[in-house]
Amino acid sequence: MTNLTELGVAAIRDGVAGGEFTAVEVAEAFNANVAAASSLNAFIVATPEVAVDAAKAVDAKRAKGEPLGKMGGVPIGMKDLFATKGVQTTAASHILEGFTPQYESTVSQKLWDAGAGMLGKLNLDQFAMGSSNETSYFGNVISPWRRKDGGNAALAPGGSSGGSSAAVAARLAPAATGTDTGGSIRQPAAFTGITGIKPTYGRCSRWGVVAFASSLDQAGPMARDTRDCAIMLEAMAGFDPKDATSLDMPVPEWEAGLNPDMKGKRIGIPREYRMDGMDEDVAKSWDDGIAWMKDAGAEIVDISLPHTKYALPAYYIIAPAEASSNLARYDGVRYGLRDLPDGAGLQDMYAATRADGFGPEVKRRIMIGTYVLSAGFYDAYYNQAQKIRTLIAQDFAKAFEQCDVILAPTCPTAAFALGEKTSDPLAMYLNDVFAVPASLAGLPAMSVPAGMNREGLPLGLQIIGRAFDEQGVLNAGLAIEKAAGFVATPDRWW
Amino acid sequence: MSVDKATVEKIASLARIALRDGEAEAFVPELNQILDWVEQLGEVDVTGVEPMTAVIPNTLRLRDDVVDADPLTGGNRRDDVLANAPAAEHGFFGVPKVIE
Repeated sequence: MTNLTELGVAAIRDGVAGGEFTAVEVAEAFNANVAAASSLNAFIVATPEVAVDAAKAVDAKRAKGEPLGKMGGVPIGMKDLFATKGVQTTAASHILEGFTPQYESTVSQKLWDAGAGMLGKLNLDQFAMGSSNETSYFGNVISPWRRKDGGNAALAPGGSSGGSSAAVAARLAPAATGTDTGGSIRQPAAFTGITGIKPTYGRCSRWGVVAFASSLDQAGPMARDTRDCAIMLEAMAGFDPKDATSLDMPVPEWEAGLNPDMKGKRIGIPREYRMDGMDEDVAKSWDDGIAWMKDAGAEIVDISLPHTKYALPAYYIIAPAEASSNLARYDGVRYGLRDLPDGAGLQDMYAATRADGFGPEVKRRIMIGTYVLSAGFYDAYYNQAQKIRTLIAQDFAKAFEQCDVILAPTCPTAAFALGEKTSDPLAMYLNDVFAVPASLAGLPAMSVPAGMNREGLPLGLQIIGRAFDEQGVLNAGLAIEKAAGFVATPDRWW
Repeated sequence: MSVDKATVEKIASLARIALRDGEAEAFVPELNQILDWVEQLGEVDVTGVEPMTAVIPNTLRLRDDVVDADPLTGGNRRDDVLANAPAAEHGFFGVPKVIE
């Protein structure tokens, strides 16, 4: 019999619809893998009974001959940043520990309506602030990958969607939701040899997603391959009147539109992304990607994104500024933790609750954000950063006059070891140097596994497209995927 | 621009985050390292450049001006709203005494 946990979204959907196996069998197989992988710490809460109940509903529909939905019978992991009714939602923070939403986020509801089931809530960097999943209050997620050097150094699964990436790579889930503010879908996907896409800003509703930086936050799918991402994104996307920045546009049929033929396509190669001292393996995988695109019929175009070097510092003003405002809601009054020292008044309660409830990286970003928004500094920092954001968006607009999609590495290196960068916030931030520009411009961008480095760790290539052109991004991703033939999986040690 | 301990304490106070012993001192070099690094944004000539307000052009919608236009986010949800409150009392959020 097929090992059901080796199947992806499309294979499960088609197998359940075709009666090769039942949705309950699939859910139980993944539940067993989740239960056996506690050493990865990918889940904050497992919900095996929720997954089985959803599967039973799909099997019952099939018995009655009813349509099963785009994700019919596919159990998934839900990043613990999405509010799930009746299931604890923490954003991996102490301040939201025990918080049980009375409502369901739009994106998760759409997935359940499409026939998906929930295996559990996935670990992440606290409030999605981090690139290694080391800022979670519920402990580090350990990547299922290990270097082929005989050592057993625990590696970072990337962040902030580190539980999502580890779960998909370790076959605990065929797919998972992620969110991407400055690379939080793409970087973990690259680190773990899976595929993830951040759609155009506004494609997926932010309603019910714990807010980090609202002008940047976008949800997207993380899965084994491009087709699975296309299927899941169709289920997640769509207009939502409850999100003021939701795109009021029809959701294209991305899966049906998949086409890896790059004839007539112009692939832009941004010269500013080829940085001094670039990792040799990353540079080689980028060159491989360029060669594959040529083989697939594309024309390679040299492009310039002149403000690239300013994207990351601008991001580290804009994102903390928005975070300091968004996280003001955690006050110990309406939900979550309350720390009320003896005899304390209201102001002391706020300060004690927030001191106790936020981790160091969250505090650091709230402090930076508060500073850059404070009187006298607003123009020098925040306004300057927002003007540079305009210039970065203009860089992309000009580049897209010459090319259809942009090809670049996802990250400057393969996965690093846990603890390697925790003492230096800036070194950690630099991980997202290639991911952040597309976030600032609101553009769709994906990471596709492209090969391995000499340590036996996966490397990802990034494709950035025009606003609303997820199809072009997915098609280019599919072309890379077919040429790369990446099939490696981590050896099971957990 | 750089911050000193007094500035860190002021920022923490504005952000309503109580600092533990030694925490202000630890934040000084960390915040300065980040602020020194973002300083490079000052090199960019932004003459005539408008700050970004909406990354994808979008017009803000108005909902109908009626009670409970969307039942999910409308009224009559008091118990749901209070369900996660640390100290809900008599149908309200309870807080420490504010007025002496």
